[in-house]
Amino acid sequence: MRPINHAEASSHFIEAKEHLEFHDRRLWDLRLKRDRQAHGIPEWEELRNLASIIKEHTLSHLADYLEQFETQAKRNGAYVHWARDASEHNEIVYGVLSARSAKTLVKSKSMLTEECDMRPYLETRGIKIIETDLGERIQQLDGEPPSPIVVPAVHKLRGDVSEVFARTIEAQPGNNDPHYLAEVMRRNTRPYFLSAEAGMTGANFAIAETGSFVVCTNEGNADLSANVPKLHIACIGIEKIIPKLEHLAVFIRMLSRSALGSPITQYTSHFRAPRTGTELHIVLVDNGRSQRLGMKDFWYSLKCIRCGACMNTCPVYRRSGGLSYGATYSGPIGIIIDPAFDIRKYSNLPYASTLNGSCTNVCPVKINIHEQIYKWRQIMVERNQLPLVKKEAIRIIGKVMSEPQLYRAAISATGLAIEHLPRFAIYNWLNPWGKQREVPEVPKQSFRSWYLENRTRQ
Amino acid sequence: MTGRDTILAAVRANQPKPTPAIPTIPLFERASARSLIEDFGEALVSMGGKFVPNLNGKPLDALLKSLFPDAAAVCSATPEIAGTRIIDSSTEPAALADVDVGIVRAAFGVAETGSVWLSEEELTTNALAYLAQHLLVLLDPKQIVGNLHHAYGDPRFKTARYAVLVTGPSATADIEGVLVHGAQGVRSLTVAIVPLPEVSR
Repeated sequence: MRPINHAEASSHFIEAKEHLEFHDRRLWDLRLKRDRQAHGIPEWEELRNLASIIKEHTLSHLADYLEQFETQAKRNGAYVHWARDASEHNEIVYGVLSARSAKTLVKSKSMLTEECDMRPYLETRGIKIIETDLGERIQQLDGEPPSPIVVPAVHKLRGDVSEVFARTIEAQPGNNDPHYLAEVMRRNTRPYFLSAEAGMTGANFAIAETGSFVVCTNEGNADLSANVPKLHIACIGIEKIIPKLEHLAVFIRMLSRSALGSPITQYTSHFRAPRTGTELHIVLVDNGRSQRLGMKDFWYSLKCIRCGACMNTCPVYRRSGGLSYGATYSGPIGIIIDPAFDIRKYSNLPYASTLNGSCTNVCPVKINIHEQIYKWRQIMVERNQLPLVKKEAIRIIGKVMSEPQLYRAAISATGLAIEHLPRFAIYNWLNPWGKQREVPEVPKQSFRSWYLENRTRQ
Repeated sequence: MTGRDTILAAVRANQPKPTPAIPTIPLFERASARSLIEDFGEALVSMGGKFVPNLNGKPLDALLKSLFPDAAAVCSATPEIAGTRIIDSSTEPAALADVDVGIVRAAFGVAETGSVWLSEEELTTNALAYLAQHLLVLLDPKQIVGNLHHAYGDPRFKTARYAVLVTGPSATADIEGVLVHGAQGVRSLTVAIVPLPEVSR
């Protein structure tokens, strides 16, 4: 398979100027809201520290906590299934649905089911799936995957949504009012909630001590999916475990503050046992996580609580859009997760970063994201996954930088070249940096010649 | 080997060497000089909820009438106020689809976030909090804790089958960041501070 070309994919995104500007502004606004919330809590940094300790402790004792979770969940009356990979996950879900003759599934957002590509698998077997998160539903109706984690349709403007709804769920063409569009969605979805035989949720956290799991949403769609049908299936990645309820407080205080800049999601829902007369099935999914746990530098990425703060703050992400990463997980966290799934396909992603470290600074569980991005770059070079232009450029830079005489000659030549060469010689395919940018003006004098002139005499 | 055993074996083989134990999580007592009720109300309103800090001697019926003059189907899960619809342990969730206003008494509230705690015990049928068009929640002023650390210390989290912290109405900003209430769940949430009647304490 050809590697995902992030730069090329984002160039399509960048062409639509209105979309780009909105996307950039909206996500930056979320970052500013996050800052206000974080600064309003004196113990914020202490919470980040605790969150990091809790996650690292849990991951280093994960097998025991998984067993404890399973024991408790079974005691609570839930069924617990284990899926080694995506296809096993999909088979288990289909098995549960078909054994109960369930034909319609209302589901709330789950990155895990995206990762497992569950929708097409179930649809070809006759199961009707209704995504019930508004952003996710927009993407489903438009035949696109979700863009970022928290706001899946953020790359679409109201006119785009209006067009999709007019085409698919009988909205008035040309009515672009977001209130109207949300109402159309509400009315379209309500009958499915009432008639579906099964509901599905993901989980933000699973608690070993109680065997319960927690889902955070703003729309209340997870609660409808879980509290109306007689069958509730919850798909949970094995890294979602935390030991105790008291630890949950640390994460709930930071999740929505980091994601959207609100103190908490509208609904923080705790599912421990099935409602009387109904069934609760929990599917614990590995799908590469146990392998990642063994990667010396990269197991820290399993601490992620999927808040999306690293995306909101990332200048590359804000200007290239979630879809340009070509993967379930996008943005800075995607860059360090995706290559662990497929190193060749995602070999270009580690370069979709300026390594400015902002992602690391806002991460509520203190993942060293930018350092891991840098480490992935090293691995790409070691594994010979670098594209030719980059490889050749780096080889030349390496040579020039290691020989001072050559470097000095190159610097003065570059200055002359930028001033005097015609545009086509500077802005071409060999210099992707210059695509959306102007090469900076050349200073009249290099630092070295200034230093020689001004300082050596003292 | 079963999937379960394969996964657990792989996790055991790969998990990093043990990192230090987790310290006890502090309760981070809040520093606010204001009352719990004031903080609760402000947080709730910031999340889009409506706050009624005091009934001023009005009966609950009058509050209901003033908030929802046109409500036809009112379903109350608290004996303190009668609705037009009965809800009991045999009520099917879908039967609540046409309810205009649901009423419930919260077990407790959280000042930090403006959240109210509800479980199957308070709701009778959980879907009441989501299928109704509007939700009115009664909260005893003595049952407000400072922050989420205190909230998660409540033992009812360990016994409730389903427990939810509700903070404001159903909301979405998925279209251009424009805030819309009533995405899938209730269109409005009102929390009224109403002391528990003496007899049921």
